[in-house]
Amino acid sequence: MQNDIILSMRNITKAFPGVLALSGVDFTLRRGEIHALMGENGAGKSTLIKVLTGVYPKDAGQIYINDDAAGIKSPKEAQRLGIATVYQEITLCPNLTVAENMFMGRGKYKFVNWNKTKRKARRILDSLDIPANPSQQLANCSLAVQQMVAIARTVDMDCKVLILDEPTSSLDEQEVEKLFRLMNELKSRGVGIIFVTHFLEQVYKVCDRITVLRNGELVGEYETRELPRLSLVSKMMGKELDDLSSLKKNDVVSTENDAPVVYQAESLSSVAGVKPFDFQIKKGEVNGFTGLLGSGRSESVRAIFGADKVTGGKITVHGKRAKITAPKDAMKHGIGYLPEDRKRDGIVADLSVRENIILALQVLNGFFKPFTKAQQRRFADEYIKLLGVKTASVDTPIKSLSGGNQQKVILARWLLTHPKYLILDEPTRGIDVGTKAEIQRIVLKLASEGMSITFISSEIEEMLRTCSRLIVMRDRSIVGELRGSDMTQDRIMATIAGGASDNA
Amino acid sequence: MPKSIKTLLSGFARSPLLIPFSMLAVLIVFNLIMDPAFFRITVVTNNAGYPSMQGRIVAILNNGSELAILAIGMTLVTAASGGQDISVGAAASIAGAVILRVVCGDETAPTALHASIIAAVLASIGVAMCFGAFNGVLVSVFKIQPMVATLILFTAGRQIAYWIGGGKILNAPGDVFKYFGNNIPGIAIPTPIFITLACIVVIALVLKFTNLGLYSQTVGINVKSARLNGLNPVWIKTLTYIIMSVCVAIVGFIKVSRTGNINYDTLAKDIEMDAILAVAIGGNALSGGKFNLTGSIIGAYIIQFLTNTLYATNVSSDSLKAYKAIVIIVIVVIGSPVLKEYADRLFRRGGAAQGVRS
Amino acid sequence: MKKGINTFNSRHTLEKRREPMTDTNLLLSITIGIFVLFYGFSMVKFGGGFLRPNQFFDIFNENGALIIIACGLSVVMVAGGIDISVGGVTSFVCMVSVVMLDDHGFSVAQTLLLALGIGLAFGAAQGFLVSYLEIQPFIVSLAGMFFARGATTMVEVNPRTVQHVSFKALRGVKLNLPFGYTANNGNFIAAKLELGVIIALAIVIVIFIILRWTKFGRSLYAVGGNSQSALMLGINVKRTRFCSYLLCGLLAGIAGFVYLLHTGSGSVTQFSGAEMKAIASSIIGGTLLTGGVGNIIGTLFGVLLLATINLIVIALKLKGPWWQGITVGFMLSLFIILQSVILSYRNRRRATI
Repeated sequence: MQNDIILSMRNITKAFPGVLALSGVDFTLRRGEIHALMGENGAGKSTLIKVLTGVYPKDAGQIYINDDAAGIKSPKEAQRLGIATVYQEITLCPNLTVAENMFMGRGKYKFVNWNKTKRKARRILDSLDIPANPSQQLANCSLAVQQMVAIARTVDMDCKVLILDEPTSSLDEQEVEKLFRLMNELKSRGVGIIFVTHFLEQVYKVCDRITVLRNGELVGEYETRELPRLSLVSKMMGKELDDLSSLKKNDVVSTENDAPVVYQAESLSSVAGVKPFDFQIKKGEVNGFTGLLGSGRSESVRAIFGADKVTGGKITVHGKRAKITAPKDAMKHGIGYLPEDRKRDGIVADLSVRENIILALQVLNGFFKPFTKAQQRRFADEYIKLLGVKTASVDTPIKSLSGGNQQKVILARWLLTHPKYLILDEPTRGIDVGTKAEIQRIVLKLASEGMSITFISSEIEEMLRTCSRLIVMRDRSIVGELRGSDMTQDRIMATIAGGASDNA
Repeated sequence: MPKSIKTLLSGFARSPLLIPFSMLAVLIVFNLIMDPAFFRITVVTNNAGYPSMQGRIVAILNNGSELAILAIGMTLVTAASGGQDISVGAAASIAGAVILRVVCGDETAPTALHASIIAAVLASIGVAMCFGAFNGVLVSVFKIQPMVATLILFTAGRQIAYWIGGGKILNAPGDVFKYFGNNIPGIAIPTPIFITLACIVVIALVLKFTNLGLYSQTVGINVKSARLNGLNPVWIKTLTYIIMSVCVAIVGFIKVSRTGNINYDTLAKDIEMDAILAVAIGGNALSGGKFNLTGSIIGAYIIQFLTNTLYATNVSSDSLKAYKAIVIIVIVVIGSPVLKEYADRLFRRGGAAQGVRS
Repeated sequence: MKKGINTFNSRHTLEKRREPMTDTNLLLSITIGIFVLFYGFSMVKFGGGFLRPNQFFDIFNENGALIIIACGLSVVMVAGGIDISVGGVTSFVCMVSVVMLDDHGFSVAQTLLLALGIGLAFGAAQGFLVSYLEIQPFIVSLAGMFFARGATTMVEVNPRTVQHVSFKALRGVKLNLPFGYTANNGNFIAAKLELGVIIALAIVIVIFIILRWTKFGRSLYAVGGNSQSALMLGINVKRTRFCSYLLCGLLAGIAGFVYLLHTGSGSVTQFSGAEMKAIASSIIGGTLLTGGVGNIIGTLFGVLLLATINLIVIALKLKGPWWQGITVGFMLSLFIILQSVILSYRNRRRATI
């Protein structure tokens, strides 16, 4: 069955400054199979795909296509070899018609024959059962159809390998269903499909094989039907089941039940698409939101902070009704929020460490009451020392700091406002192990001093070490709440994975 | 010893003020060669019988006033909204028309002021602020590119000025009105220099005693982060356009005060282009973010310096633009990221690590 | 997910009934609709000149050069750029042509070639700076405008009228149309089209064909719509952008020649502010400054609409001539805000399907 293999990647290694993104990863794709590539954030999925499509050059390893060694140096070359990619964000032109998007930029022609193009597009769309009209503007199609058009384009380019990079993250159930039909159709034509997704249900629905990566290393390749859900989750998370139950949490702050409620929300919802949820947190409590990426954990805390437009819900802070529709409202009520995407939402790149630290407190202080330079220096120095930020000086632009130190600066920004309730969304993502432990220690210390904290992390162990209560989310709604002895890694994973009855 | 010189040099090379200062140096040297009496200042008695300073340096400082004041506003607008206001010339014409209209009442050349000059200036600032707010709302609420949004006022502004002035050339009565654009009796230094100084002091105080600088830069660098830190980007952007409009009103006042009357079509014509250029020469990124007000103000005087120098070398006022265009292109090409990258690669290949570039 | 299912179904049924217009067509229809409304309103309200075909065709005669540079601008704007140098280049070409014809013994053909050459040179220089050195188009074309205006005065400061015999003969070429009106004295006065207008209309057709049916034209839309995606689709984004400026420059060169055909003279101040009129026409015609959306027919109607507004302002006998500019500014803001609102509404609705 050797000739069934259309793509094999052997011993792929790729390093970025300071990080080994992939080390000796193997990947094999066979003709006519749908192969899921799984792993949590930072596992190396997207790096592997970018190496395959020639976006990144690889440091070591070989890629074989149909047993021939292929040196893929650019996306164009990958396309020529029959490797097509459909990304999560649509990389088509929304202002052009469906047909144009399918044929733009390829073929040698000077004039467009609209009728011929439309007929050809119609034929392909029909054969793949895609509900789109060739002369329709792409932006008028639903996201699902746009995704499918992108796939149809690759089909016509006669691809052998189709990479679908999280194509379903913005689709609803019926749309996903249609996409799956299309994938199965392509599969029957002999195309090998690499499917990257975070949704377990979808993997079990369409995939034949699963390759799991973790921390840039290959965990293994499995037949889908031989790998139970629970063990898939444990493989992604990196703990065997036996280990998990023995994991003890020792440092967690236990909150007395009679501690006052700091923040409470009833049926809170936002435009980001999180379903109305109830939530409360007590003084000195550390709670966590957990769930796979895309489960709605970030969207929930963003709704609490007013970061996305709040569409409904009743909020009480310290027992009093509160109106929180914008970040500033939340800040006035003593809520702080360290965003998930540090680069995009956190740092103000060109400003100095000092300015980045005082920003939130300065905003609270008011437009007409700027701190003097000396005050700013004092604040900045205090927190740089407290958190151990490594920076040349307080006036260094924050963009020249390392990721971990940038994160500490943002943490300092919020600590400086002395919040009653602090939300930390993935504070430990992309930073080194030492700093991670430090941040966890700080969280526990703050909680013992009476601050309420919501802590989100992709690493379950981290959450177990810090949180006294976990809210588990799946498909943008809360599916469970664990506390005390229930908080074990296998219980969490079982709740995340959900029952078989809960098929999407 | 050589090492400390090297660090000093590289520190200066990295300073955003390198380009403006070196341009200023080139201009001064060039002028001194052409005209050794370049720095000479004489005090003469002008037509009205008052002492008045004359000399090329005084002329540059005096005539550069309008540009320097506009550069202040343009820098803030650029920083917060990542675009430029091209309506400043037309808006200055409106401001000038309002002032003359208020002091002239219904007459075209009254013998006495119909209202105090202060009231007229305040009225023009009020009107200008309305137009500034209009621009600001288009940019911040409707998210229209600044140049497009301000294109509207650019197109209609001078016609609005005509309308306000009733289409007639208005002449302000009395000598007092002209003090602000020329000389106050007994003081040899032209008044616009004082007005400019006052504006610079005011904006310096504003930047010191409010968070305007921090907020507008934050919004210009990272809107998302600004919002998550409780800032209101819509309001901050609009505010910068309103501050710009106050600068515009002052410029309109200086302009009409210089002559005592108004030419709707030519008042502050093309000044928007010079103001944008001043911001660029000052080492500010036209795409917004961190700003350097000192640089912009120096940039404004450099442009006036350049204009003055070109006049001195007998370039006609009409073809001046062509030379300015060449200067603009040279500056933006030097500052272009593509060229910088290319130069970086070249440097690295040559093994020269000290990289003397701005 | 309930909401998702509902909207999905409704979208599906909607698609069967009729598909929504493309952004380009939507904005085009709005423009044409408003033009017809305005002109029809004027015919009923004011009668007189509005009822005569002559006045309608005189709009073209007055605006031949403007139509041409507006076409060039639309091309650049569709590709996501802007070129404010076109008015200056037109004026420069015009002046150079006068001087060459009268002082240097150039023939009409030689002059035309020179005009095209100057236009191409401006287009190439600006295109290079914008697309290959990635400098902001506004700054580049601002410098282009300064240079062209300044260079015009270097060529000749005083207003000049063409004396060249065969050029004057060419100016006289007019196409008599089979309709017109009968004057009070009983003479039939036919509507006329100048040579320049015929050139302008031919250019409109050519550009229309380029934008609609050529690979280059469609690439312009792709680049303007989303240059990153265009790159992924395999389009040479830099070359496409460069060519858009080249074409715009060429059209500015032709416009200079056409303008000379219409006025027969050159002066340093002529055609001032034309670039802003052209941009306004393009925007009113439904071209988005953000790129990717636009139609040359819309641009033509944009020019006509602006001219009609001016005629209406005159017919209304509003006292000041300033009402023209104010009305145009008002219309412009109306259109810009309308576009912004419609497109953001559409985007929001799309986000929910």
